Amino acid sequence: MAASSTGTLRGSQPPLLYPPYKSGALRTPGQPLIRLTRDFSDFTAPVYGYREIGAVDADLTRHHAGEPLGERIIVSGRVVDEDGRPMRQTLVELWQANAAGRYAHVVDNHPAPLDPNFTGAGRTITDDEGRYRFVTIKPGAYPWRNHANAWRPAHLHFSLFGESFLSRLVTQMYFPGDPLCAFDPMFQSVSDPAAQQRLVSRFDLELTEPEWALGYRFDIVLRGRNSTPFEART
Amino acid sequence: MSGEPRLIATASQTVGPFFSFGLTTNLALGIVAPPEAAGERIHLRIRLVDGAGSPVPDAVIEIWHAVESGECLFGRLGTDADGVCTFETVYPAAGPVNTREAAHVNLCVFMRGLLRHLYTRLYFEGDAAIETDPVLEAVPPARRGTLIARRDAKGASTWTFDLHLQGDRETVYFDL
Repeated sequence: MAASSTGTLRGSQPPLLYPPYKSGALRTPGQPLIRLTRDFSDFTAPVYGYREIGAVDADLTRHHAGEPLGERIIVSGRVVDEDGRPMRQTLVELWQANAAGRYAHVVDNHPAPLDPNFTGAGRTITDDEGRYRFVTIKPGAYPWRNHANAWRPAHLHFSLFGESFLSRLVTQMYFPGDPLCAFDPMFQSVSDPAAQQRLVSRFDLELTEPEWALGYRFDIVLRGRNSTPFEART
Repeated sequence: MSGEPRLIATASQTVGPFFSFGLTTNLALGIVAPPEAAGERIHLRIRLVDGAGSPVPDAVIEIWHAVESGECLFGRLGTDADGVCTFETVYPAAGPVNTREAAHVNLCVFMRGLLRHLYTRLYFEGDAAIETDPVLEAVPPARRGTLIARRDAKGASTWTFDLHLQGDRETVYFDL
């Protein structure tokens, strides 16, 4: 499968503090994290709590009266754990900027137009093979103030639960061939090149629907019950 | 055998500043225990402060805790302009796994500036079981107090818990 891992565990996760990402300076703990063993921890308790998923929640192009502007895309993949087991019936949440690179968020003051037909938030549940599928539009790149002439590459935000709080993941999916990734502190905070590439979706002609939408595949691996603690990965 | 997994977990990335329309619109997730749940009804007022002492107005806080039935309840809220969010729930049970654990609430914190989320725990002032809790035993004694919520003077059912990201009162965060 496409998510099959190469590279090493070390460098596969960002460090807590990555100085080029300036927002971390006052928000990252200064003391080392305290390692806990698993046997007395209910961090492994199953967590699932959410309202029902609506019929069109996974189709972000159908949340308003009209169609949003932009390049229509299908984003689909499999969610598995580190042993390759499918993560069944797990919540996948997605949020993103519109095609112009503007979020439907009050504090986003990037002078690009809002799209009255696009909010940019969706959710779905994986099937018994761990598969999910969203229909949306390709988000635009946008500027931010981390450093001079800083631009975020086009990306989708993902949030997943898996089978316990150990497997909790918030991440970002990027698009193949985006020249901005090379300059992006978020993307570069992951030091292992193979781990970086696993954040990049793959254009998939089979997923692409003729006369309608381009397909991008993005497979996701969640931590398993017996996996190495976060700090040991950095 | 290196003990390394067959696949490597996807890298974490920050939740960023613009998540609220995607993650925290459902305020019903602030009511952790349904109204009919057994147990003492409480409010948890959680305040998040950065290294300069400023409130963090753009964080997501998720909590989960056990109740007497063994069930695990989940809640999620965004912090407000004062860095505060208040969950309504019932006083939790001790851990479902190890009976030496004191009653506690688990927390997961996400925000702009954090490339990975933080895990921590909230205990309750005055709970005698705190003295023998195995998780607190792993914490240096001088820092244990950062994990203990206090009863609010204004309302007996409200517990306040300040989460400090840095500084002299930096909260203990865990690596799992």
